[in-house]
Amino acid sequence: MAYASEKYKQRTMVPYPSDAIVPEVDLGKTPALECRHLGIQFGGLKAVDDFNITVGKTEIAGLIGPNGAGKTTVFNLLTKVYQPTTGMIMVNGMDTAGKSTIQVNQMGVARTFQNIRLFNQLSVEDNVKIGLQNQMKYSTLEGILRLPRYWSQEKKMHERAMELLSIFDMQDKADWKADALPYGAQRRLEIVRALASNPKLLLLDEPAAGMNPNETRDLMETIGKIRDEFQIAILLIEHDMKLVMGICEGICVLNFGKVIAKGTPEDIQNNPEVIEAYLGKNEEG
Amino acid sequence: MKKKSFFADRTTRRDFMTYAIVIICFIALSLLASNKVLGRAQIGLLVPVCCWIVAALGLNLCVGVLGELSLGHAGFMSVGCFTGITVSEAVSNAIPDPTLRLIMAVIIGAVFAGIVGFLVGIPVLRLKGDYLAIVTLAFGEIIKDIVNCLIIGVDEKGLHIIFNASGTKSASDLGLAEGGKTIIQGAQGAVGTTTISTFLGGFVLVMIALIIVLNFVKSRSGRAVMAIRDNRIAAEASGVNVTRYKMIAFTLSAAIAGAAGVLYGLNFSSIVATKFNFNTSILILVYVVLGGLGKMQGTLIAATVLYVLPELLRAFSDYRMLVYAIVLIIVMITTNNQQMKNLFLKIIPKRKNKEVQ
Repeated sequence: MAYASEKYKQRTMVPYPSDAIVPEVDLGKTPALECRHLGIQFGGLKAVDDFNITVGKTEIAGLIGPNGAGKTTVFNLLTKVYQPTTGMIMVNGMDTAGKSTIQVNQMGVARTFQNIRLFNQLSVEDNVKIGLQNQMKYSTLEGILRLPRYWSQEKKMHERAMELLSIFDMQDKADWKADALPYGAQRRLEIVRALASNPKLLLLDEPAAGMNPNETRDLMETIGKIRDEFQIAILLIEHDMKLVMGICEGICVLNFGKVIAKGTPEDIQNNPEVIEAYLGKNEEG
Repeated sequence: MKKKSFFADRTTRRDFMTYAIVIICFIALSLLASNKVLGRAQIGLLVPVCCWIVAALGLNLCVGVLGELSLGHAGFMSVGCFTGITVSEAVSNAIPDPTLRLIMAVIIGAVFAGIVGFLVGIPVLRLKGDYLAIVTLAFGEIIKDIVNCLIIGVDEKGLHIIFNASGTKSASDLGLAEGGKTIIQGAQGAVGTTTISTFLGGFVLVMIALIIVLNFVKSRSGRAVMAIRDNRIAAEASGVNVTRYKMIAFTLSAAIAGAAGVLYGLNFSSIVATKFNFNTSILILVYVVLGGLGKMQGTLIAATVLYVLPELLRAFSDYRMLVYAIVLIIVMITTNNQQMKNLFLKIIPKRKNKEVQ
């Protein structure tokens, strides 16, 4: 969409990186994600306004904020479920203007959903294979006629799917129907499916929602492990502050569609604006 | 080693069981037919049964696997049917062998129906749910009316086609040379077709359709199609090209229905376009829904039983449709009923361990 980029060119530029922070190891590498002045308007409502974030190549970043702050909308903008009305999104240094959800996925953005969206009637293994869809290819005709490429690619897919499922120790459930899995396992399967599409940036929308403290602790460890093993960036939305403060290196706080604070977990914990957004203002003081 | 892992898969084993059962049924029925156990009326049912099975398999690909309700599949059957008849009649002098002609007619008919399915799919697959169903219904009726206006004849110069939209033209307007013959006469349909469909041909078509559908469902494309059915948004986010796979499934579904239409058309010496109306679409849909959405084995059984039953009940003339309705209701109540399933599990204890995880 040339229109969007032309429109962007007319805007006055601000110096960059303005206030971006990335982990030291990621300095000098292309960031996994850069958003500049990202915004979307639904009618008169600015759901997200002037959203800037930089996520380093192997950073675990958090996106927090009270309910209705626009966190999931940001994810929907990043994956182009909505096309942004202003600003730009760069994934691995490439502009995603005018790209579709599918194209953005192929550029290396994978996500999970707040309300679990698995392919319920498919088996656990097939769910993962959908994620592998664009890496191990064969044509429809080869599939129907079961030509040699079908067998070799399916075998590769099966091995890779099992390898990915082993991250969460789910190999033994590979034959289960996805909707037969318990809630926590469904959330984990979504992460595996997202990982299968070989992302550079993994977006996790409330991965710990509905999990008990033990499961959350396991999940924290696994998220760290995934980052180390796959060397990818992870951006997560979460309400569980223990998890966010425990694993995120950079945190961005949204309120009413605007970024109210950015920084390390320590900065965020002591930021008066954040405290106000979460706990409300002291009227008397 | 490879063979062992191949059959260890439960769904693969089930697919091969299905093929085996279909083959056994075919052999048994052929033996019964050749030994005059079956009457002429029953033998007459064999080919139509194959047609409806194939058509229902095609529709199940659209309704069960793709998850889009199509009410216009009779239209695709119609395209296949009249294309097949035209091909068969046009080449009847050049290729006297009926088997070869049948194969040719089925392939060309299926391709034509596939092309029409593709063209119809372009606007239709942009819609969802009820809207899609209504538009496919409309397209089914449009196809029926278009075929109703076609007058096609053949002579040594080739095919002559006129489109009789005004309703004033007739076969004599074709301007056929000496020795030419009309194949399709507008509203009178195709008359004087050489019937070349055989039970063997029907069986082969059923097997091919079954293999195509079952293999498709287990392939990369089939998985993508089912992913779109289960959750379109998640499929898009996983990089599945939604439009492409919807189109593939819809086109394939139309082509299979078209092949069924060819077999049906070449089984009767005369057939009219209004045979493939809305009621026919619903009839196929009944087979698919009662057989189980996305379950090809169920479709096989439902299409066979529900087609043969009303025909066998002809003796009861007045009560025929009453019995048919009762059967439909019983099937609806008992399929997918947990109590019935439990009852079956009690009778067959071996399956208990496998099914309950």
